[in-house]
Amino acid sequence: MSTQSTLDDTSTAAGDGDAPGRPRRRLRSPGVPHASGTTGGLVAKLVLMAVVNAFGVFAILAAWNEGSYGILAAMVALLVAADWVYFSRRTLPLKYVLPGLAFLLVFQVYVVAYTGWVAFTNYGDGHNSTKEHAIEALLVQNERRVEGSATYPITVLERDGELGFAVVDEDGDVRVGTAEEPLAPVDGATLDGDAVTAVPGAELLDRRQVLERQDEVTTLRVPFSDDPEDGSIRTQDARTGYVSTSTLEYDAEADTMTDVTTGTVYSPSDDGWFVSPGGERLNVGWRVAVGFDNFSTAFGDSRYAGPFLKVLAWTFAFAILSVVTTFLLGLFLAITFNDTRLGGRRIYRTLLIFPYAIPGFLAALLWSGMLNRSFGFVNQVLLGGADVPWLTDPWLAKLSVLLVNLWLGFPYMFLICTGALQSLPGDVMEAAKVDGAGRWRTWRSVTLPLLLVATTPLLISSFAFNFNNFTLIYMLTNGGPRFADASVPLGHTDILISMVYSVSGLDGTAAKNYGLASALSIVIFAIVATISAITFKRTKQFEEIS
Amino acid sequence: MRRSIPAVAATLGLALTLAACSGGGSAGPEATTSATAGGGGSSDLVVWVDETRQAAVEEAASAFEEENDVTVEVVLKNFEDIRTDFLAQVPTGEGPDITVGAHDWLGELTQNGVVAPIELGDRTADFEQVAVEAFTQDGQVYGLPYAIENIALIRNTALAPAAPATWDEAVAAGRAAGTPYPVLIQTGTEGDPYTYYPLQTSFGAPVFAQNEDGSYSPELAMGGAPGQAFAQWLQAQGQAGVLKTDITYDIAVEAFKNGESPFIIGGPWMLEQFEGLDLSIDPIPSAGGQPAQPFVGVQGFYVSAQSENALLANDFLVNFIATDEAQLALYEAGNRPPALTSAAETASEDPVTAGFAAVGAEAVPMPSIPEMGSVWAFWGVTEANILSGAAEPVAAWDKMIADIQGAMGS
Repeated sequence: MSTQSTLDDTSTAAGDGDAPGRPRRRLRSPGVPHASGTTGGLVAKLVLMAVVNAFGVFAILAAWNEGSYGILAAMVALLVAADWVYFSRRTLPLKYVLPGLAFLLVFQVYVVAYTGWVAFTNYGDGHNSTKEHAIEALLVQNERRVEGSATYPITVLERDGELGFAVVDEDGDVRVGTAEEPLAPVDGATLDGDAVTAVPGAELLDRRQVLERQDEVTTLRVPFSDDPEDGSIRTQDARTGYVSTSTLEYDAEADTMTDVTTGTVYSPSDDGWFVSPGGERLNVGWRVAVGFDNFSTAFGDSRYAGPFLKVLAWTFAFAILSVVTTFLLGLFLAITFNDTRLGGRRIYRTLLIFPYAIPGFLAALLWSGMLNRSFGFVNQVLLGGADVPWLTDPWLAKLSVLLVNLWLGFPYMFLICTGALQSLPGDVMEAAKVDGAGRWRTWRSVTLPLLLVATTPLLISSFAFNFNNFTLIYMLTNGGPRFADASVPLGHTDILISMVYSVSGLDGTAAKNYGLASALSIVIFAIVATISAITFKRTKQFEEIS
Repeated sequence: MRRSIPAVAATLGLALTLAACSGGGSAGPEATTSATAGGGGSSDLVVWVDETRQAAVEEAASAFEEENDVTVEVVLKNFEDIRTDFLAQVPTGEGPDITVGAHDWLGELTQNGVVAPIELGDRTADFEQVAVEAFTQDGQVYGLPYAIENIALIRNTALAPAAPATWDEAVAAGRAAGTPYPVLIQTGTEGDPYTYYPLQTSFGAPVFAQNEDGSYSPELAMGGAPGQAFAQWLQAQGQAGVLKTDITYDIAVEAFKNGESPFIIGGPWMLEQFEGLDLSIDPIPSAGGQPAQPFVGVQGFYVSAQSENALLANDFLVNFIATDEAQLALYEAGNRPPALTSAAETASEDPVTAGFAAVGAEAVPMPSIPEMGSVWAFWGVTEANILSGAAEPVAAWDKMIADIQGAMGS
């Protein structure tokens, strides 16, 4: 069955599926030519596609509700693609590729594109959200309770389809108003203590109704009197109301903020603030695109440029040395333990894997404690109470980072080298021997090149990994010791990725600047991608040998 | 049938992708909205808390749930993550309605427009004044305070019978006790300016200038001669071996617990570790002649500016967290004196709590202006470098002031 159907599919995919008259095809329902032929498979496929479609439609509706049109468009495209691929006759390869492709789009392409977009904005402290939110926040932040004003027990009601407040004033009279109509006394209202129990011509909302409309209730401002200077009543818990006045007013048509106490007009600026003609700006800003500003800060601002070059140099040194040292040690041990004359090889090999079994961040943290100048195991026990500043001297800290990474990394290299050595073809070695090559010559001209063919891709990925080995740096030295001459919080063992972390302000020691951090990540991405591309190209030369 | 396995895997993968995609952008708020609209009056109030406060908040929440016929979801988060996550998630509509937080986040939170003001109304007077002041910015209150915390000198009475009045007396008493460390202060290679602050203020070098009403202006005040004097004092302490950058929090607490020093400068959060020791809480001795004022930190609850349940959130805080029961439950969970005056009086029956409160009465609130965020990265490391002898005190201190000013300007 399975062979038959595969053949059938292949012929369809190859393009002759439209050849009419094949009796078997007639027997199938026309809409689902690729169900595996059994009813169970067809049902499973339909159910799964129904689930996928349900998810898709749910996501589309959710995106519509939220006004996230980018996500909406992406979801529609993905859903249409999914249905087309799984119900069409001509898309057999795509059936297998699509899930991976979708993952790639969502988790890789989207993330990269989003980072790219952030790099061109001023996203960070003070520019955390949209202009709409900023205006909202500014208005609410500049609303003040009128000093010395009373606290009013409040009841929420609905009159002529509009929400309003019923307030018991100081004299015990009930006054009612809505957003449009200022508070005015009403006749015939009944009271039970401080609580209003009935107002003619209006429906009182009970607690449940209030909670259902809480957004409207909290944003409702009922003018206290005809004079706007008197302020308006608002409530935050629908139990008590306070008279407040607003110092800022937003003019939607002119797109300006006006300070009603001083008359200053603030207009939006290019970099996402409301700015007065005198250059004063309001507290809350919003995200705007700023072009290449972040990139020019990374390279042009003298506070960043100097440390950036040092950090870049150390990042390369760290990544290259890490790969070279771990590889050499791993290779040496692999060769040693590959010698059949050595007894107890299994035990040695198992022991060697030990550092590999400890999570990297934990090991780095442990080492950071063991290298403590006064209390660390290394100084206290191994060096007999010496006072070596392992993590606080610039050069020793770099050495410590490399040594700890060597300890962490050589078992991996040992594993892959052992694997590669054991898979070397014996006849080539034999041929070398017949040709009269000595041990050293065989190793250099035959073993090593063959070994490198197998391991170079892994060395490149190891380089890329160490280039971004944030965990080790963060847990071991946290970038320290700090540069004595720099004016940004960066240190001698900071690599680019930990520099990005520090610049982004996520560690809480600086103002957040996601825009700058994203710009730097893109630079890192470009560097790693270039190096990987070049090295992979070089690798092909090795492959020619084999 | 074998052929359907890849198909199943593929379809499942796609379903997951779609789900993940929708979750990233919109599923969260959608869920909240539908709960509000479809639940027939039962609204979800989402509260972020950390581990120490979880039980106490849940207790208050269950009383609130019963009375209002709503559900309150208490979400457990790491305290260190809350600030960043709150800033990032509120604009997307996925943040909580209420989060626990410290008052010194206020500047950053208002600058980014993610917190809403809280009107305490007549209840303002029920709180300790410093607690409300700490959450006040520009005349508006942005958080409901629940605890006040500050550091003090914790003394092991078995090793030092009397409280020292000055730093030199403390060091002398510490040496006389014959313990390995005269005084313990957590430092670390990146410094700890929070714990060192009272010593710095005793030289008359507060971090920012204060306005007449007690609020801070964004003008650095720790430079100049007083700051340099403090820097030189730091160097002298380092050279004399009294203070060391190797002493981290863990090492300091462990050493004090083992009776290796009569004094440690620290907060109520350490007390759990010191059970069994006979402790006295004293004012921090002055090193520079002027009073040693530590920072007062106030813990509280913030309401999200984008909360769709603002009414419930305010109701919960003002009428359920601002009660004796809730504040005392929070006190028992975290050992920090309550911010509600009546609850604080009950808590002060414990002499240790009363001791911390007495030191706190003389303390200054930690600045909550956004500029404070630019200070930490340079401050601690400079102190540590001076202490370890890696930097010249006056030059390093002056460079630190210049660097902070540069960071504040950018």
